[in-house]
Amino acid sequence: MTKEYRKNVHLTFPPTISGSPVICDLTKMFDLSFNILKAQITPRKEGHMTVEIMGTKENYQKGIEYLEKNRIVVTPVTQRISRDEDSCMHCGMCTAICPNGSLFVDREKRIVVFDIDRCTACGMCVRVCPVNAMHVDAENGMI
Amino acid sequence: MAHTKVNKTIAEINERIRSGKAVVLNAEEMTEAVRTMGKEKAAKEVDVVTTGTFSPMCSSGLLFNIGQKEPPTIKTSKVTLNGVPAYAGLAAVDGYLGATEPREDDPLNKVYPGQFKYGGGNVIEDLVAGRTVSLRAEAYGTDCYPRKSYEKEITLADLPHAELFNPRNCYQNYNAAVNLTSRIVYTYMGPLKPNMRNVNFATAGCLSPLFNDPLFKTIGLGTRIFLGGGIGYVIGAGTQHVPNPKRNERGIPLSPAGTLELKGDLKQMEARYLRGLSFIGYGNTMSVGVGIPIPVLNEEIAWYTGVADSDIEMPVKDYGHDYPNGLPRVLQHCTYEELKSGEVEIMGKKVETVPMTSYPISLEIADKLKEWIQKGEFLLSEPVEKIPAW
Ligand code: SF4
Ligand code: SF4
Repeated sequence: MTKEYRKNVHLTFPPTISGSPVICDLTKMFDLSFNILKAQITPRKEGHMTVEIMGTKENYQKGIEYLEKNRIVVTPVTQRISRDEDSCMHCGMCTAICPNGSLFVDREKRIVVFDIDRCTACGMCVRVCPVNAMHVDAENGMI
Repeated sequence: MAHTKVNKTIAEINERIRSGKAVVLNAEEMTEAVRTMGKEKAAKEVDVVTTGTFSPMCSSGLLFNIGQKEPPTIKTSKVTLNGVPAYAGLAAVDGYLGATEPREDDPLNKVYPGQFKYGGGNVIEDLVAGRTVSLRAEAYGTDCYPRKSYEKEITLADLPHAELFNPRNCYQNYNAAVNLTSRIVYTYMGPLKPNMRNVNFATAGCLSPLFNDPLFKTIGLGTRIFLGGGIGYVIGAGTQHVPNPKRNERGIPLSPAGTLELKGDLKQMEARYLRGLSFIGYGNTMSVGVGIPIPVLNEEIAWYTGVADSDIEMPVKDYGHDYPNGLPRVLQHCTYEELKSGEVEIMGKKVETVPMTSYPISLEIADKLKEWIQKGEFLLSEPVEKIPAW
């Protein structure tokens, strides 16, 4: 199976739609896998979800169209976390808590790599980095 | 001393440094050199080995004097720098700022885990970086020192005297930390996930100064070193120095052992090699860059400097329950070579490894010291007193 395409998106569900069945359709209808990174329902019964979607690029597009047809607002998570390269000292501490290996030690070069494409903007590294090198660039989709 | 075939003196090596002929290798290159050419040939060919480390070193601080620039005079009894309290129980305008001192108004761990955004280490970094720091002092007033308070925005250049003075640096070997409990713990070894999901370790391995001279045969009181980007000195054994730990056949201790007390003029230093740190849930501290040159006086010293990552055995300890309760249990030893591979097996379980020491900056320090020596800008000093180790 080719699941080379991977994107993080924020989904906003209107109060009448419950999220999960529609999301599950992504797997059934478009062969996409997904990880729910965050989920929350506001007091006004609006649903918010941050999900990582994986599959082929074509199926991803179709899946997103399907969600939008179901009145779900889709906003991509764009580079919400950045690293101050001058400040990072490549200690490695952040690799302890990054939940998906977006921060990892390159064993050959002995440096800490930040793979922004894998990052789900969970914000853990921002709290842990001892020199405050990881930043949240507030953009869309703050839940 | 045992009979050795190669015998050089520090004076001879300095002569070679002055004439630009000294052969200098960093500790990583020396490991390779000793492995390929043997200790005797390596001792003949190599004059100096440079080591380096850039690690969190809590027992560090700044000894400073603020001068009496604006009369009336003052004898300070309470001093803060950017809101971080310094110790003022010294002569009139001397003070000492510890790296782990949090800001006076820091919420600490009241909201757990605390962030400890700014502390003594950050003040030191700010000063070295040339940034302005706000100084506040209070006094009770005396006949000779009538002034009762003083406030001023200062920079490092305004301090008549500023010296990095570190009671304990360069720990020779240290615990690797895991957490056997079922909740995450935040320690001075970094965050440890429950049920031993990570093991954190702090050392620069074969680059680390005291692994290259495990029995302190060359490093002693008066050894000139790279400290925080400037020149500093070893001024003796550090606090908690253990002279007689259990050692392996290479003389490498199997537990935390030797330590060094260091000092150096802060005004020569660089912020790149002195970084204030905020350890979540633990507190403030500082990463200090230290590089120590080892004169290769004979084949015995060459052999010690040939230490490889596989020779360094680090004790693994539980920081979830054992450490806070003072229990000495060592779960097992892991070599630095295993730890740097990314995964080790501890008590039958595969555990992800997490470094805390910056290897690239440690290497950069060893190489910078190497360059100073090659250019003839840095001469080796003869220690005037030995540090006990056996
Ligand atoms: S913890 Fe911070 S300084 Fe250390 S490697 Fe990660 S981002 Fe860089
Ligand atoms: S925000 Fe940080 S910890 Fe979270 S996924 Fe991205 S890099 Fe990893």
